[in-house]
Amino acid sequence: MGAELRRDDMEVAEEDISDSQAFRFVEHVLQSVRMDPFQVDLRDKEEYDSLLSIVDSSKKRSYDDEALLVTTLKALSEAVSKIDIMYHHALLNNIFTMSIWYLNSDTRDALLSLITRLAAVADQFLRECLQMLVNNFTPPGSLTAFIGQPRWLARKKEIYSQLHESLRMISDTVPLAPRMLKDIIDRSMPKLFDNKAKMVSFVECMLGLDNDRMGDLIGALLLAKVVDLLTELDVNITWEDILQDEHNKGIFDMELEDLGEDEDSLGQEGTKALFGGNACAEKLDSLMVVFCEHLKSCKEHGRLPQEFDILKTIFRASVLRVHKSKFAQFIMFYACSLDPEICGLEFALFLSDIFIKKEEDSISRMSAVSYVGSYLSRARFISADTVVGILKRLVDWCVDYCDLQNNIRITTKPINHQIFYASCQAVMYILCFRLRSIMDYPNLKAQLFNMPFGYILTHPLEPLKVCLPSIVDEFLRQAKAARLFNASVHSEFEDALESDLSKTFGGMNRLDMFFPFDPYLLKESDRYMRPNFEYWSMVKTTYNNYNSDVDDELVDLDAPEMNVGSLDDHVEIDLNSDDDLEYSMNKMSITPNRSFFHQIMANSDTGLTMPARIRPSVSPPS
Amino acid sequence: MEALREAEAELTVYVHPSNAADVRRAVSRQLSTTLFSYEDRFEGVLLAHEVVVNGDRAKILNGLVPYFGVPVHANLLLYSPQPDMILEGKVELLGKESIHAIVLGVFSAAIMADDINEKFKFKRKGDGGKFISRSDRHHVIRKGSMIRFSVKRVDTEMNCHITGSLLPPHTGSMPWLSTHDAEYASEISSGTRRPSNVGIKIKNEQDHKTSDNEDSVINSERPHKKSRKRALEE
Repeated sequence: MGAELRRDDMEVAEEDISDSQAFRFVEHVLQSVRMDPFQVDLRDKEEYDSLLSIVDSSKKRSYDDEALLVTTLKALSEAVSKIDIMYHHALLNNIFTMSIWYLNSDTRDALLSLITRLAAVADQFLRECLQMLVNNFTPPGSLTAFIGQPRWLARKKEIYSQLHESLRMISDTVPLAPRMLKDIIDRSMPKLFDNKAKMVSFVECMLGLDNDRMGDLIGALLLAKVVDLLTELDVNITWEDILQDEHNKGIFDMELEDLGEDEDSLGQEGTKALFGGNACAEKLDSLMVVFCEHLKSCKEHGRLPQEFDILKTIFRASVLRVHKSKFAQFIMFYACSLDPEICGLEFALFLSDIFIKKEEDSISRMSAVSYVGSYLSRARFISADTVVGILKRLVDWCVDYCDLQNNIRITTKPINHQIFYASCQAVMYILCFRLRSIMDYPNLKAQLFNMPFGYILTHPLEPLKVCLPSIVDEFLRQAKAARLFNASVHSEFEDALESDLSKTFGGMNRLDMFFPFDPYLLKESDRYMRPNFEYWSMVKTTYNNYNSDVDDELVDLDAPEMNVGSLDDHVEIDLNSDDDLEYSMNKMSITPNRSFFHQIMANSDTGLTMPARIRPSVSPPS
Repeated sequence: MEALREAEAELTVYVHPSNAADVRRAVSRQLSTTLFSYEDRFEGVLLAHEVVVNGDRAKILNGLVPYFGVPVHANLLLYSPQPDMILEGKVELLGKESIHAIVLGVFSAAIMADDINEKFKFKRKGDGGKFISRSDRHHVIRKGSMIRFSVKRVDTEMNCHITGSLLPPHTGSMPWLSTHDAEYASEISSGTRRPSNVGIKIKNEQDHKTSDNEDSVINSERPHKKSRKRALEE
């Protein structure tokens, strides 16, 4: 501070004015125009105008001008009590429209300290001050093109920390200011069609605020706003966009990404160039990166548990029921992966609690159980005991439900039992992914084998006929290989596949096909999810012990020799001879088959029973 | 402190039918939405409330959403500073031209250079600085000191921001006053502060006025608000 002052002294000394003289001058000017405009002396008016021209938001400044500006700003902050909202309107307007992005570090300091002083003076300036700071969250339009350059990155960090510091100072002197800030941020949030750079820098700065002490006060709101924005972007990405970008490439590239290296047609290009033209997807992608970085820094500062609690509430309120969201929910996935023991487990329990609670509405419960299914299947960081624990809860609930249905007369329409079917489907889905790994632990295996799967699946409600055929098929294959039920039960399942009922329980929104944690398709932020994500291609199945990282043609040849460790190789060969590997992988993804958009092709597909419509085209009313 | 007062109010709180399961909670929540913001009809800022629901009858409001009006007797703790009251606050920021203090840990007050007694001289030192009295160099106001000041103006627009003054007698740094100001010292020792006007009843007449011209505004502006508080219409 001292050094700065001396430098200013030198600058101004050229004009033979010392700092304190300059300060007095500014004070005098302010005082002299504090009256009815008609009474102001013409000379004072001129001086005031020259003051205005120094503090001009639009002007380009030389080094000298900048030094003059610094002195003026300092003088102004020494004279805040003289500034009047009536008579100095033009001056205030100039101050509040300045952009700190073009200014030197000293000038920024001076301007921000003026702003904090002004905010503390009276309520009338507070709103404008906060608004000015919030406006500076984003660089001015002409800068957005360069903001990615490394030269600007450091500067951006500096500016953000200065902004945060100023906001913190304001909240120190005006303790109720965060309430107003909440409003202002709410109103200044980037909209869906704002450009990407603006969005990213706003959200980045906003989340930075959350790390501060300010986070305790308005952190929940900040997060909620960001999550809302993510979800909004997400629902604006349609599957049509994805498929069009994909051209003729198989949509299962991501699932088959290991094959990609061998097969040119499904190669890198297909996986990396996803969403080339979709603006929403790009924005979402960058924002996900920002958000994940934020979560990471929370983890580093030990704030993750608190943050996770807030996130859970937000998730419950604004993501859970939005079935059209495809990627936004991955923030939960990533948060869980940062702290599997606490957050990871908590999330699973949280979801299953929602599912089991009778008071919740049925859409929430169905979504919750779909989330449980998808989460436990895909989250690599979740231990097998957790999986078995949650499975036990789900199975117990199903058993109770079946008992209840035995007592009252059964209505056969699947739509009336959608929650039951959804939970059965989730159980099967989890087992498709996890059965093999659970088998490795004798105690867990024993627990699992004690669960009355036979009772549920052979119940007159016939879940096997209603749930998605691809899952039922895969589940039966694995269960058979693992001898999960006895033989008599098996024979009843033989004809269980594919029936008219199987598309009906999900209702309008096709909740039967809602698998929220399907492979993540945004390329930038993919690096946060990938390490913890279980791809179907890497799942070890009970009937097949090798990693399916092979070409299509090899499967048939290699399978018999490779599955030495498999539990039931006879079954394995039989089944595998019909379908190719890709089919079995596809079944585990709900990403739509191309045939939905090209109906003609649907018939030519070889017996593939992919769902006709995967995602609801309208998000359910919330 | 002078600006704090208790008040009893007869209110009608409109509760959304979805909150009918726990009316007490709904009522408290509704009252809590007005916490810490200046409310004209209370002439102050609501700091705390205690609610007694009168009886088990409530009037159902005509309209698309049948809000029901619960008659409530509430004890309120209000912060309502008036000009010339003496307040106490902690100095948070000071400079040559102003002292910024916080009252009750929440409300901000600013004392501008013009309102700082001329006997105080500002000394810049390190970060911040301090005001030292010319008459007694032990009388110091610096960051963190507790001060007594009189209210000059109250900005009721949003946060109840106070413009204060250190000009009147018996104002300044509290530790210094406690030994050097006879009146303040006796005030402390006798344990009786100036009588605060406890028990002002907020009655319907006052509410009536506001409700008549506000109702329609509230309705059209905030149609989604879960429940709204309004005065009795009778």
